[in-house]
Amino acid sequence: MSEERPQLIVDGKRLDGRDFDELRPIKIEAGVLRRADGSCYLEMGRNKIIAAVYGPREVHPRHLQDPSRAVIRYRYNMAPFSVEERKRPGPDRRSIEISKVSREAFEPIIMKELFPRSGIDVFVEVLQADAGTRTACLNAASVALVDAGVAMKGIITAVAVAKVDGQLVLDPMKEEDNFGEADVPFAFLIRNSRIESIALLQMDGRMTVDEVKKGLQMAKRGAMQIYEMQRDAIMRKYHTEEVE
Amino acid sequence: MTRKMVIPGDLVATNPRAAGYGTYIEGGRVYAKILGLLDKTDTNVRVIPLKGRYIPSVGDIVLGIVREVMGNGWVLDIHSPYPAFLPLSEYPENRHRHSKVNEILDIGDAVIAKVQNIDPKMKVTLTMKERVCKPVRVGRVVAINPARVPRVIGKKGSMIKLLKSELGIQIIVGQNGLIWLNGDRKKVSIAEEAIYIIEAEAHTEGLTDRMTAFIKSKKGEIKNERRETPANS
Repeated sequence: MSEERPQLIVDGKRLDGRDFDELRPIKIEAGVLRRADGSCYLEMGRNKIIAAVYGPREVHPRHLQDPSRAVIRYRYNMAPFSVEERKRPGPDRRSIEISKVSREAFEPIIMKELFPRSGIDVFVEVLQADAGTRTACLNAASVALVDAGVAMKGIITAVAVAKVDGQLVLDPMKEEDNFGEADVPFAFLIRNSRIESIALLQMDGRMTVDEVKKGLQMAKRGAMQIYEMQRDAIMRKYHTEEVE
Repeated sequence: MTRKMVIPGDLVATNPRAAGYGTYIEGGRVYAKILGLLDKTDTNVRVIPLKGRYIPSVGDIVLGIVREVMGNGWVLDIHSPYPAFLPLSEYPENRHRHSKVNEILDIGDAVIAKVQNIDPKMKVTLTMKERVCKPVRVGRVVAINPARVPRVIGKKGSMIKLLKSELGIQIIVGQNGLIWLNGDRKKVSIAEEAIYIIEAEAHTEGLTDRMTAFIKSKKGEIKNERRETPANS
């Protein structure tokens, strides 16, 4: 990064004019792909994500099958055109890691025992990236899984908290992510409109214990707002079908 | 009556004994585990699914498509996470007439069969030794979301009876969402269109009445076409 480090907080507001605990505008649409069992298109600020779920279906290659439960495969991928400098296509160290941690967030929530020997495939594609893509992808994948009719204990809602200029901020955008001191993505299991547990927690950078605690509270409030939007997207899909 | 829509994790009841299909119990409370419509009575709470793959259960009539021919039977695709096996011995016709298995049924052929057995490893076995079971040689097969099959059949078969009697065609609905239609081409096309409408609007009210009106208007169109054609020729 050769760019000059900008001042990230001006007059108690962030670069895009948001408050510290304010989310970026979010748009969620469920069931956008015809051939997938479940799908979702999500915009979170300038992030644009499309998620598709296939299954439960037969697993190939055979040796990956588990005779007692379903296997879950999660593929996070960034399109070459999703970032300013063209990204080399295909999986790299970063996207393999994100795929793994995201899959592990979903694994205890999906009722795998109901579909022995089958597989559930989740594909999330980042079409345009603007920081916090893994949280946006988790939100999209969650809606797609519900849309596919997969049995789950609840739904996953994710949001990140960052520390910029010594201040905790919710849902960082690109500049805050690049020049901030820390970035902590959270994912929660939400059941019956209540946060039940943390499904994913990572940290890049340094924060004090108190800051993490404060950040968690902030993330929880943000996640509840996103949860309402996820829920609304699913409801809306079936409501519009009714009108047609 | 409109049913409330629920998503996974929604609390649907506090009495664990009422838990029915599409729910799970944790800590003495009943939650929905799938997306669907809530059907709640005093003694039973269930979630009617809106989406999802077909999970075979013993006794279901399904429509399968041959994917693989083996020495002793066929492997069929039944639009489910699990392939199904139809042994040669479960095929009703006299097998001495044919010398090879693939002369009876080959890849791509469709059959109507019954689920005979499912082992704990989810290996599905089919049988065709049932009155309704037969190979499909004529007609048309349409595929729909298996969660909508109950609506296509209707309450005690009301919807399917309506289609059959109004159009005078043969229909067999597989529990796996594959439907076989046979009869006059134009009438089969109407039925196909009707089935797609039922699939799309399965969760709405007063569907049977609307379908009656739809079929009537479509039948009217056919009659008009017939009247016009002799005049032109």
